[in-house]
Amino acid sequence: MELAAAKMIGAGLACIALVGAGIGIGNVFGSYLSGALRNPGAAAGQTTNLYLGFALCEATGLFGLVIALIILFT
Amino acid sequence: MALNPMAQFAVKPLVPLHIGHYDVSFTNQSLWMFIVVGAASLFLYLAARSRSLVPTRMQSIAELSYEFVGSMIHSTSGEGGLKFFPFIFTIFMYVLLSNFFGLIPGSFTITSQIVITFSLAAVVILTVILTGFFRHGIGFLKLFVPKAPIYLLILLVPIEVISFFTRPVSLSVRLFANMLAGHTMLKVFAGFVIALGATLVTSKPWLAPLSAGPLFLIIAITALEILVAFLQAYVFAILTCIYLNEALHLHDDH
Repeated sequence: MELAAAKMIGAGLACIALVGAGIGIGNVFGSYLSGALRNPGAAAGQTTNLYLGFALCEATGLFGLVIALIILFT
Repeated sequence: MALNPMAQFAVKPLVPLHIGHYDVSFTNQSLWMFIVVGAASLFLYLAARSRSLVPTRMQSIAELSYEFVGSMIHSTSGEGGLKFFPFIFTIFMYVLLSNFFGLIPGSFTITSQIVITFSLAAVVILTVILTGFFRHGIGFLKLFVPKAPIYLLILLVPIEVISFFTRPVSLSVRLFANMLAGHTMLKVFAGFVIALGATLVTSKPWLAPLSAGPLFLIIAITALEILVAFLQAYVFAILTCIYLNEALHLHDDH
């Protein structure tokens, strides 16, 4: 198989890591929503943790994307 | 005109300069770094100049950003963290404005270069390590030893050390990958708009109005990118505050 074709396949496979990011982000926001609907007064205090959790979760998915770009472009 | 979505990240020298063997040209990246720092300084200076007790609109934006960063530091690291306010405020405004200016069509996003984000993350981790050693001496190494029985510590201490040293990597790659992915997505959809619009001159001109679809998507994704720009700046700053809090108050549970 030629190098260029193998690179494309490798980059596509590396993007499967973003599935984890999607599940994780959905989990974070879903838990926040279910907690906020039970106890709306406590919801405002947790927005910091919400955004932090979202960003950390997205970061792990994007690590996979960075590997895909490295494979594709070097 | 190149339809390559990655061509926007090329660093081009505007004023070639060489000192010996080193290439220190003034590039488009340097230009945008000057623009970001100049805009932040100019805005904060002009907005707060009147110092009226009832703030004008511009002054209230400056006061809001000051208060926002101040309350963020206070809630994560308490009183000891407020000494680091200039540092955290600079990092927050720099990352926020560079992310925002990258959304201007035709500009260059400096935080989409790993060298910029890694330099910022390296400065943050160096500050954390030096603060820890200056404040606690060699006792700073107790940070890696959580309260656990001895047979668990053999496993936990290497894990804690490794997770400490992946912090600069994750800080830098998070910001870099978010900016890179967002801008690449924008340019890919822009390529679709151009490709569909260019069908006007081919044998199937009825495909041209379909270019409105990707155009609406670009508008929606730009709105998402504005949110991501602010969120990534906020997350960078708040993680810096959390790491500083760990260095200042090692494992204090209150």
